[in-house]
Amino acid sequence: MNGMISTTRRLRTLVSGLSSDAHMWNLVYLQLLLEERGHQVSNLGSTTPDAEILRACRTERPDLLVISSVNGHGRLDGLRLIRALRAVPALRGLPVVIGGKLGIDGRDHAGAAAAHLTAAGYDAVFDDAAEGGPDAGLLRFETFLADLADPAGGRSGTRRAAGPGAAA
Amino acid sequence: MDGTTDRFTGFVRRAHDAGHLVVQPRMGFGELHRMRAGLRAVRDADATTVGTVTLDSYTRCHEDGAALRALRERPADLNGFPLLAHGVPAVRTLLQEVASAGFPVQIRHGTPRPVRLLRAMAEAGADATEGGPVSYCLPYGRVPLARAVAEWSAGCELLAARPVPPHLETFGGCMLGQLCPPSLLVALSVLEAVFFREHGLRGISLSYAQQVHPGQDLEALAALRRLADERLSGTAHHLVLYTFMGVFPRTGRGSRRLLADSARLAVRGGAERLVVKTPAEAHRIPTVGENVAALAHAARAAEAEAESAAEAAAGSAEGAARWSPTESGLYEEARRLVDAVLEPGGSVGACLLRAFARGILDVPYCLHPDNANRSRATIDATGALGWSRAGGMPVAPAPTAAAAPVTAGQLTELLGFNRRRYDGRSPDAPYGRAS
Repeated sequence: MNGMISTTRRLRTLVSGLSSDAHMWNLVYLQLLLEERGHQVSNLGSTTPDAEILRACRTERPDLLVISSVNGHGRLDGLRLIRALRAVPALRGLPVVIGGKLGIDGRDHAGAAAAHLTAAGYDAVFDDAAEGGPDAGLLRFETFLADLADPAGGRSGTRRAAGPGAAA
Repeated sequence: MDGTTDRFTGFVRRAHDAGHLVVQPRMGFGELHRMRAGLRAVRDADATTVGTVTLDSYTRCHEDGAALRALRERPADLNGFPLLAHGVPAVRTLLQEVASAGFPVQIRHGTPRPVRLLRAMAEAGADATEGGPVSYCLPYGRVPLARAVAEWSAGCELLAARPVPPHLETFGGCMLGQLCPPSLLVALSVLEAVFFREHGLRGISLSYAQQVHPGQDLEALAALRRLADERLSGTAHHLVLYTFMGVFPRTGRGSRRLLADSARLAVRGGAERLVVKTPAEAHRIPTVGENVAALAHAARAAEAEAESAAEAAAGSAEGAARWSPTESGLYEEARRLVDAVLEPGGSVGACLLRAFARGILDVPYCLHPDNANRSRATIDATGALGWSRAGGMPVAPAPTAAAAPVTAGQLTELLGFNRRRYDGRSPDAPYGRAS
C-alpha cells in the first residue's frame, strides 16, 4: 500500500452499540482501530437508544455509522434501528455497517440473518457466527473501510462512493 | 440468626461454617418452564448452590414492549428472563415452587434505574439481587450517574423497608469485566457496600472478579476483606468472587482450568461464594447442562483446594510463587481511594458523584459521559494489572509504564491475556513466556 495513499480520505465515523447492549470493549476497540487507520471517531458508547443514534447521524453527518453488538440481540435490535434510520430521507444514503455476536445461537442462521439485515438497509454485515469467525469478519470490515475511504483504490471494486450527501 | 436475616445471607453463612464454597451460575431463560427447569437443575447439582435468575436486556433497559413482544413471538431468542413481561404473580409462583431456605435465589439484572425492577423482585419474593449506583451505571451506557445514585438510593430504601430485606450484592468489584486494576475494584465494591448500608440494608456481599494474576487477586481479596470488616460493622457481609469475566479461553481445557483456578482462588482468598462461567462462554450463552457441569467442576476444584491447602497450587515453584499473595500495597491504595471519596463527608451518594466529577474515581477505558476516562490500565512485566496512567486518582502508575497510548492491537493483546495463557500450555508461566 506504500505510495498509494493519494485518494484516501479521512472518514468521520460514528461508533455505537445498540439500545439493549451494555458491552463496551468492542466499542473501545473499534474506536482505537478507526483512529489508527486515520479516521475520526465519535463514540456514542453502549446501550444507545435508536433515537440517540439517529439524532447523532443527523447532527454530526458522519461518513460511516458503525454498529457493534455482542449480546445476542443484534439481529433483532439492529433490524429495528436500520428500518428507523432508512425511513429518514436524509439518512437513506448513509453507509451503515453492523458487526459482532449478532445472535444467541452460535453458528446457525448467520447467512440468512445477514441477508435479512442487508435487505433491510445495512451496507455490510460482519457476524462473528459467519464463515471464518470474528477474525474473518474483522478483515472484511477493514476491506470495506479501505474501499469507502479510497473508492479509487480498487481493492474490491464493488462499492460505490456513498456518503451522507449521496441520497440526501 | 435473627428473624430479619434474609435466606440468602443465612444460607451462605451456614455453608461457609460447614466448609463449603457456595457456587452459583449465570442463568436466564425467556420462558417460565425453562427458567423453572434451569433453577431445579442448579438446585440438584452436585455442589452447594444458590439459584440465579438473570434478566434479559430488554427488561434491564426498560424496553417493556420489546420484552413482551419477544416473549410472545420468539421467547427462545431472549437473552434472559423477562420479569416484568411475566408479571409479579407468575414470578412469585415460580419462586415459591423452586426457592427455599436451602436454595435461595438471586435475581440479577444490570440497570442504572432499578426502582421498578427492585419493587417487582421484592414483591415476587426474591431472596437477593445485585448492582450498585456506580457499577450498574458507568458500564451500562448513558444514564447520568446522578440519576443512578438517586434511583439506587430509593431502591435500597424500598428493599430495606420490606419485613425481611433482601440480600444485596455490590457489582463494583467487576467493573468492565476485565482490565481494571484491583485497587479500584476493591474501593468501588466497598463504597457501594457502604452506600447500601447507609440506605438501611444489612445483608450485603462484596464482589471481586478474578483478573490476570492469582497472587494479585489474593492480595485484592485480603484487602477487600479487611476494608469490609473496617467499614461495614453491623452488617452480615460476605465476599463473592466472579470467575474471570473477560475474553474467555476458546478451548474446553483452557476454560476448565480458568474456572478451576477461580474456585481455588475463592477458597484461598476466603470468599464464601463463587459466580461461575462455563466453557461455552466464548461462543454463546450456555445451556443448563453446561452450567450444571461448570458448577460441579468448580465445586470439585474448591474441595480439592480446601483439602490440600498447604500444597503448591500448580505443582511447580513458578506456580507456587504466582499463588502467593503479592505485597504491592493494594490495601493501602484501595483505602486511599475510599478515603479520598468519602473525605468531604455527607451522603455516600453525593461523595461518589463528586469523586467522579473530579476524576478521583476514574474507570479506565469506560466511555460513560460521567467518567473522566483519563486513566489507563495495563498488564506489567510480572503479569499483574497496574496503572499506566493515573488520571486524577490518588494511585501510583508503575514507574515503567509505557507513555504511548494503547493501540487497538495492544488492547486486543491485553484483553486476550487469559485466553492465550489458558489455551496455551502453562497458565502459571510468567508474562511473556507463555508457550
